[in-house]
Amino acid sequence: MSGDPTLERIAQGEGLALCAAGNWTARFAPALERIVSDAEKLRGSRPHIFIDVSQVASLDTFGAWLIERLRRSLSDASAEAEIAGLSANYSSLVDEVRRVGPAPKAASEPLLISVMLEQIGRTVAGISGTIIGLVDMLGAVLAAAAKVLVHPRSFRFTSTVHHLEQVCLRAVPIVVLITFLIGCIISQQGIFHFRRFGADIFVVDMLGVLVLREIGVLLVAIMVAGRSGSAYTAELGSMKMREEIDALRTMGFDPIEVLILPRMLALVLALPILAFLGAMAALYGGGLVAWLYGGVDPEAFLLRLRDAISIDHFIVGMVKAPVMAAVIGIVACVEGLAVQGSAESLGQHTTASVVKGIFFVIVMDGVFAIFFASIGM
Amino acid sequence: MAEQDIDAIIRVRDVTVQFGNTRVLDSLDLDVKRGEILGFVGPSGAGKSVLTRTIIGLVPKVSGRIEVFGVDLDAASSSQRRAVERRWGILFQQGALFSSLTVRQNIQFPAREYLRVSQRLLDEIMVAKLVMVGLKPEVADRYPSELSGGMIKRVALARALALDPELVFLDEPTSGLDPIGAGDFDELVRTLQRTLGLTVFMVTHDLDSLYTACDRIAVLGNGKIIAAGSIADMKASQHPWLQQYFNGKRARAVVA
Repeated sequence: MSGDPTLERIAQGEGLALCAAGNWTARFAPALERIVSDAEKLRGSRPHIFIDVSQVASLDTFGAWLIERLRRSLSDASAEAEIAGLSANYSSLVDEVRRVGPAPKAASEPLLISVMLEQIGRTVAGISGTIIGLVDMLGAVLAAAAKVLVHPRSFRFTSTVHHLEQVCLRAVPIVVLITFLIGCIISQQGIFHFRRFGADIFVVDMLGVLVLREIGVLLVAIMVAGRSGSAYTAELGSMKMREEIDALRTMGFDPIEVLILPRMLALVLALPILAFLGAMAALYGGGLVAWLYGGVDPEAFLLRLRDAISIDHFIVGMVKAPVMAAVIGIVACVEGLAVQGSAESLGQHTTASVVKGIFFVIVMDGVFAIFFASIGM
Repeated sequence: MAEQDIDAIIRVRDVTVQFGNTRVLDSLDLDVKRGEILGFVGPSGAGKSVLTRTIIGLVPKVSGRIEVFGVDLDAASSSQRRAVERRWGILFQQGALFSSLTVRQNIQFPAREYLRVSQRLLDEIMVAKLVMVGLKPEVADRYPSELSGGMIKRVALARALALDPELVFLDEPTSGLDPIGAGDFDELVRTLQRTLGLTVFMVTHDLDSLYTACDRIAVLGNGKIIAAGSIADMKASQHPWLQQYFNGKRARAVVA
């Protein structure tokens, strides 16, 4: 293409003269950089050095800087290289780049192994911080709840109903669908394996206990952590990023009371409802498969179910639900408020919210299992 | 096209933009000449930002024609369009810096994507741009959330200038800056326009900017350009809004 930048060396006796021509602009930056690094090799003590730029068709910051860089590297203690033939249009640009100093070094990347070790160290040290953060949030939420009990008028009813719609009503279809399918799968697998012992009918026992006691609530809690916990973190996090939470605080509102209490309450109400619906859907799905695949007709299924499970199983499941909801909500809110100014931080905390939420739900489930076993339920 | 004014770097003809039933721009015509700083004013909500966003292609128009660098942006192929996009730089109202990248990475981003040059040159050019917009090279490794409002504007301007564009759109560059900072910024735009030969399209509310930085002023009202010309033309205009804007209490304070 015409206008390609060039830099020619002109014989000048003792001295060195370089003549630049063409377009010295960003478009040609890769070529320019090559030309200039070649020319930089010409350095050596010479009485006078000048760079003639009168033939340059156009010049921008890239070109001006590269000429300036060349000038600097050709200069030495004995002689200062000069730029000649600069048109008036470009002189201010060249003056501008003359002020540019060396680039600050980017923080050097440490070794991968030390990064990994550091990361592990930080994570372990961060565990106590996480737990303190959760307990702190639990306390703040309980304090806000107590305040609302004393002054019921400050309770945000509309907000709570709104969140209840988001986390409960809108979650019903997906929760029911997934638990229904899980019920079907448990039942099918149970029948398939129990049939070898001629124990088909015991699939009802397994389904009933598993769904009402463990799987129903655990699965729903995990779904809620993924669905609503992440939403809470993202909402609070972006409000934090845009200083909306600071704005609330300066107006004399407690963000815990205004934002977090309604969300927590909605979640604590929603999870038992969802867990109940989920358990029913799973039982229905299991029963359907038992009938169609295992030949257990509905009447036999219900009779067996009544014998196999007691109300205790159902209570155990339902008692766990609100506690798990509280754990999910608190984790989500803590993570939301921990978001810093960048989009990346929002992503990290939303991920952390879901991962920690699910982890704590499973830990809680284990704790409950020990508790109920020791009280004989 | 030869018979038309070849100096116009942006040519907006008969552009209509509508949101639902509200007509924001109503067969609007506007020219921006090469090498000038055009100040674009108008009441809040008149559609100044909408016009800017329509020109750069972020808002769809109902009808009309927009040419930038003589290229009709609707008829342009995607490679033509990209070529045009490389020749302009945009400073968004809130800066729109990438929050997960440092200042260094923000400024280097366009050059890194478009030009195959060494990291050394990218770093040097980054410092040159920071110096040009009046920042110290030490801010290079900060994140946008660690910058003040004025610094964000300057870094955003440095990013807009990263590829040495010929045309720069500035959407309210001085809003949110203190008067001294705003004055510096006007001065900066002026200097850059002189040194880099920029054409500047500046949406502003700042009377000082209009007086000190702009060569020409265009006024938007009722979806049309109601006046265009120098400060003196504006002050001589009989249009009631212009009268109020340029001869009101705040305007007199600027002149005094």
